[in-house]
Amino acid sequence: MKIKVNKKILERNEDFAESNRKFFKKKNIFCVNMISSPGSGKTTILEKTAKALKNKINIAVIEGDLYTEFDADRIRKTGLPAVQIETKGACHLSAQQITKTLHQFDTDKLDILIIENVGNLVCPSDFDLGETARAVVLSTAEGDDKCAKYPKAFAQADVLLINKIDLIKHLDFNISRVKRDAKKLNKDLKIFEISAKTAKGMERWFKWLINAKR
Amino acid sequence: MHEAIVAQNIIDTAIAQAPKKGGKVTRVVISCGQINALNDEAVKFGFEMAAAGTICQGAKLKIKHIPLKAICKNCHKKFNFDLYNPKCSKCGKSDFSLGDDAPLLLEEIEFEACPPQAGKIH
Repeated sequence: MKIKVNKKILERNEDFAESNRKFFKKKNIFCVNMISSPGSGKTTILEKTAKALKNKINIAVIEGDLYTEFDADRIRKTGLPAVQIETKGACHLSAQQITKTLHQFDTDKLDILIIENVGNLVCPSDFDLGETARAVVLSTAEGDDKCAKYPKAFAQADVLLINKIDLIKHLDFNISRVKRDAKKLNKDLKIFEISAKTAKGMERWFKWLINAKR
Repeated sequence: MHEAIVAQNIIDTAIAQAPKKGGKVTRVVISCGQINALNDEAVKFGFEMAAAGTICQGAKLKIKHIPLKAICKNCHKKFNFDLYNPKCSKCGKSDFSLGDDAPLLLEEIEFEACPPQAGKIH
């Protein structure tokens, strides 16, 4: 006896993601899910974003890591509210974890929520968190061949931040290769070349974030 | 992809959908896209592990891989996107737009016809 099911296998995560999405819409919160390998500079990007925008717009951050409160502490030092999710071994954040964390913020006053996912260019791409936009970060030291190797991260993103461009002079990193490969997977992808350390290119990212919120 | 979670989800659904108590699952068909891809070996391994002791034990798992369609901007040919060789199969140009990737889907579950109830043996 055959039963046609035709059901999404990760439906349980998608149900929570959908409820998060509705919540963000109702509260008019622009939520960004930030994905990258460990060490690409996500937290530094967020620290600099916090410092530049905290007096213009209300931002909060959810930090995902296997262990420690390090990143949430770094964000709180900038003056922004931040909640750390320790996954205790899980390699990605799930939509349900976000649902459970949201009440820890004053969401009535929030404009932008940035979720820094667990550092991992593979698994977080499979789990919709209900975000409004997805940002993928690739740092130059990781190499210029990552788009074809990890296509899902790039295919599903709205923004690609190519970070640590100040290091390019020391590396064999072909930035046009990255842009070409990324655009092949995702023709609408916005690409910003930045250095969170030197602040080069960061203005364009800030502008995108503020305009996207509107 | 999370093959262990996928395997567990398939089994949970099969148990929930079982028409009669004790009806064994003989075959499950799932499908995935090229970007929403699964590793066959890992998901089969996970399925076997998670199926042990359930109505899915011994069931066959079929995994369909749905190609990702692309349309060439030069000659308008519709072709299957090949990650290793991302160019139009007709004109060879690599200027194309990608369609939507197929989702990860549990398509069908096949149950064994229930055997007639045997008398209780003590």
